Amino acid sequence: MKLTLRVWRQRTPEAEGAMATYEVDGISADMSFLEMLDTLNEELILAGDDPVAFDHDCREGICGACSLVINGEAHGPERTTTCQLHMRSFRDGDTIDIEPWRAAAFPVVRDLVVDRSAFDRVIQAGGYVSVPTGAAPEAHATPVPKADADFAFEHAECIGCGACVAACPNGSAMLFTSAKVNHLNVLPQGAPERESRVLDMVEAMDAEGFGGCTNTGECAVACPKGIPLPSIAAMNREYLRATMRGR
Amino acid sequence: MAVTGLAMLAYLVAHMLGNLKIFFGSGDFNGYAHWLRTIGEPVLHHEWFLWLARVGLVVAVVLHAVAAYQLSRRDIAARPAKYERKRRRASYATRTMRWGGIILGLFIVWHLLDLTTLTVNPRAEAGHPYENVVASFRTWYSGALYIVAMLALGLHIRHGFWSAAQTLGAGSARRDRLFKALANGLALLLTCGFIAVPVAVMTGAVS
Ligand code: HEM
Ligand code: FES
Repeated sequence: MKLTLRVWRQRTPEAEGAMATYEVDGISADMSFLEMLDTLNEELILAGDDPVAFDHDCREGICGACSLVINGEAHGPERTTTCQLHMRSFRDGDTIDIEPWRAAAFPVVRDLVVDRSAFDRVIQAGGYVSVPTGAAPEAHATPVPKADADFAFEHAECIGCGACVAACPNGSAMLFTSAKVNHLNVLPQGAPERESRVLDMVEAMDAEGFGGCTNTGECAVACPKGIPLPSIAAMNREYLRATMRGR
Repeated sequence: MAVTGLAMLAYLVAHMLGNLKIFFGSGDFNGYAHWLRTIGEPVLHHEWFLWLARVGLVVAVVLHAVAAYQLSRRDIAARPAKYERKRRRASYATRTMRWGGIILGLFIVWHLLDLTTLTVNPRAEAGHPYENVVASFRTWYSGALYIVAMLALGLHIRHGFWSAAQTLGAGSARRDRLFKALANGLALLLTCGFIAVPVAVMTGAVS
């Protein structure tokens, strides 16, 4: 395939960025989107240009590092991560726009790489459980109802990639935070911090400059792991409960 | 947003049902309007209930608008850079909440000038709401304005009611369809119920 790429180039966090246009040829439909970008970068390096910087790590859809807005959609046209998106989703001759996650809380570091440490600080505020150290506890010592286990697991799938924030017109991190809160709050292991977790994580989220939720639902559509929109309602329920009970 | 929105919504349902009394004629409608001023007597003085309701509504509208302003400022600040290309998937109702709210706010001002203070009403006869309503909707602009505003109201409620359920933590995967259906039902009921009056006057069914 032969493609025209319009890619966001920005040398430093302070520099003015702009879209740059490149042509790539010889792209196979079996390549992943990131392999297509690798091909572009090899050509750029051979030509003596700077390669396009983009985040990636596992390339198997589990780490949450890859993060591109492709043709206006976080992670592109399929419900998956950018690294698991394949070129068969595009056609020969297509023009593809590639932009970084856009949000005040995710400043651009370079080209397509953004700083997502705001998520780490939200996690630090409450995304943990207090456990006694020592030998692993007996697995059946703490029974968890099946429905709760499923609910926790559904939310544990969040890989923290930030697609929800990128897709949200308000740059809101409610879907991410709700996934983390719901995952731990429903389990007995998370019970000791149940109230403080939701209060602290929401406070940290607001302090990072993420926007407020207006329930547009763009986040849940973009999420590569299918965290559903009602998760936000579940977190709001936890928040109200914690506000009434206190820490 | 959610609490004040739902308070206004409850008022709108009562208001819409009250408006429909216009189809029973001048005596019924004007009698109903008079009764509104006597609610709570003799514990409350004449018109006290009406004024309590008005104060409550003004508080709700102002708080709702202030919260909308604060939320919008925060949301715009959180997303300073736009995408070159963006594929939006949110519904029309969802994307028009801000402008829809502003249109509704302006409409409320017009509506009060027209039928409460009677400042811009062509007949302006205090104590005769039936005749004032008919006179107002006989002018094309009043009817058109009313109908457009009620379509905007339907859209605002379509997203707003469901959104409020989410905000208050009532939504869940299981109840999501129920709340969406309720939101659509309420939006349709209120829009049709309110629009029925100007349409009836404009077609001559009420005169
Ligand atoms: C002064 C006029 C009004 C303005 C400026 C306004 C504006 C807004 C805005 C900006 C939102 C945020 C919606 C979003 O982005 O999701 C909203 C939500 C809402 N509005 Fe209004 N609106 C007005 C009048 C009304 C009226 C008359 C009602 C009564 C039916 C109403 C009911 C609601 C509800 C229930 C919500 C949802 C609250 C939530 O998301 O939790 N609004 N409004
Ligand atoms: S690179 Fe790890 S999820 Fe895409």
